[in-house]
Amino acid sequence: MSDLTDFGVTALRDGFRKGDFSAREAADAFIGAMEAGRPLNAFLVETPDHAIAAAEEADRGRAVGELRALSGVPLGIKDLFCTAGYQTTAASHILEGFVPTYESTVTAKLFGAGAGMLGKLNLDQFAMGSSNETSAYGNVISPWRRAGDSAPIAPGGSSGGSSAAIAARLAPAATGTDTGGSIRQPAAFTGISGIKPTYGRCSRWGIVAFASSLDQAGAMARDVRDCAILLEAMSGFDAKDATSLDVAVPRWEANLSSNLNGKKVGIPKEYRVDGMPAEIEALWERGIGFLRDAGAEIVDVSLPHTRQALPAYYIIAPAEASSNLARYDGVRYGLRVLPDGANLQDMYAATRAEGFGPEVKRRILIGTYVLSAGFYDAYYTKAQKVRALIARDFEAAWASCDLLLTPTAPSAAFALGEKTADPIAMYLNDVFTVPASLAGLPAMSVPGGLDAQGLPLGLQIIGKPLDEQSVLDAGLAIEERAGFSARAETWW
Amino acid sequence: MPDGVAASRATMSVDAHTVRRIASLARIAVTDGEVEAMVPEFNNILGWIEQLSEVDTDGVAPLAAVIPNSLRLRDDIVTDGDRRDEVLKNAPQAEHGFFAVPKVIE
Repeated sequence: MSDLTDFGVTALRDGFRKGDFSAREAADAFIGAMEAGRPLNAFLVETPDHAIAAAEEADRGRAVGELRALSGVPLGIKDLFCTAGYQTTAASHILEGFVPTYESTVTAKLFGAGAGMLGKLNLDQFAMGSSNETSAYGNVISPWRRAGDSAPIAPGGSSGGSSAAIAARLAPAATGTDTGGSIRQPAAFTGISGIKPTYGRCSRWGIVAFASSLDQAGAMARDVRDCAILLEAMSGFDAKDATSLDVAVPRWEANLSSNLNGKKVGIPKEYRVDGMPAEIEALWERGIGFLRDAGAEIVDVSLPHTRQALPAYYIIAPAEASSNLARYDGVRYGLRVLPDGANLQDMYAATRAEGFGPEVKRRILIGTYVLSAGFYDAYYTKAQKVRALIARDFEAAWASCDLLLTPTAPSAAFALGEKTADPIAMYLNDVFTVPASLAGLPAMSVPGGLDAQGLPLGLQIIGKPLDEQSVLDAGLAIEERAGFSARAETWW
Repeated sequence: MPDGVAASRATMSVDAHTVRRIASLARIAVTDGEVEAMVPEFNNILGWIEQLSEVDTDGVAPLAAVIPNSLRLRDDIVTDGDRRDEVLKNAPQAEHGFFAVPKVIE
């Protein structure tokens, strides 16, 4: 039998159904890969017991003809999802030892569909970062390396454990969350696919909150079909999330089609930013060619407020974070630091000083500042007005097209440590992903090719609200034509 | 006063005193060294954010919800509760069924 870790979600599900192998065999193969992959630091907690229990249940089910959507499929879970009985830290020291007594809605849905959990995946602390370097538990190292160079490469962030684990074949697929690009950018950096659905498709209940008006769970996997399968299982209305959308979940997988006849794809001119590397330009042109070949009509569109999306995001996201992270007080869960003779206020301040990492503190402080008396309107209200203009830009674009095609990130993955000195240089990495987040739109990244150094590059497709189907279809059209088969060589 | 003018005045005032005040509002203890490092960082980030003041937002309503969605009402009945031990399970210190904190004397 071929190595089961070469199988994605579709192949595992279908092979298991046909009886080619047992769920237990599949789980064991990935558990072995996970253990061998420890040098990548992708997993914060390994949960082989969970994966094995789910696999054995799937095997028992198959024997009596009971097959669920994800029976036989083990998954990695980003450590931002609360998992009952398994430590959940958001990669922060402040939540060390926190063992939720409840299950997030998304993981409950996945496990209810028969999936097992291989472990909890590393991430940027509280999902704040674009390189996975803000984790309190060490960097995740991408399985990819530049040709002829062993310098450790960033797996992207914040879902960097998820992207690295999938690219290294430690997991067939994983959950991610995306606030400003945290699914799409790491997917692009590691040569995998990732989709952030429309805001409200996946319940946020039980996901450690960062910026609630932007946070959205999504799927990361080796290909577009696998993303469709996973997202279908994750999505759906949940009364426990006030922003959950009460709409039916389409059958994305069954309806997948790479025929784009009649579709119009917009190319936003503002995404041709100054200093864009020629390789990214060339990738974009290739993507345009792929979609045209699939039957789509290509049209030029304008999104005039693109340039202001990042600064608006870096007001709104920290503002919401400063409010959400006020809950970490050393009283109810997580770390408590109580200096000798400290009163309650001292305890709060000492706990938060020791528990939060530097980037988290930076964002809480910026957020506190922009929300403070006298500055609220100048910053927060202003940013929300600009956000309205960004959303209007997209609405206007939909008058002339059905989808947008852009690069996912302005460069290939950078080496660890290359961008940590300058927070703004790191923030600029999200220039192409943040606008769709601000507007709540579905968007996905698919591999488009390799750069001259042998690192993957991603193409981003942005769709209309609730039109994940067209996004996935265009993703499939690119996937079929890009013929991306490169994979990281095993060096670990 | 247009939004932009207020913003540009706002960014000029970030000094060590302001950073300390913000850290205190955020309940994060900071050392003198940290404050010193944060002042230029803060001004850098706020200066960069400043470009929003170029955008004309007169008459634009701030975005409240990205996807139109109405807030739902549910029946006013108890649907959850009676989970004291679960709620306290992760507390750094719990006593007699309560969260315990240092003495608060004003």
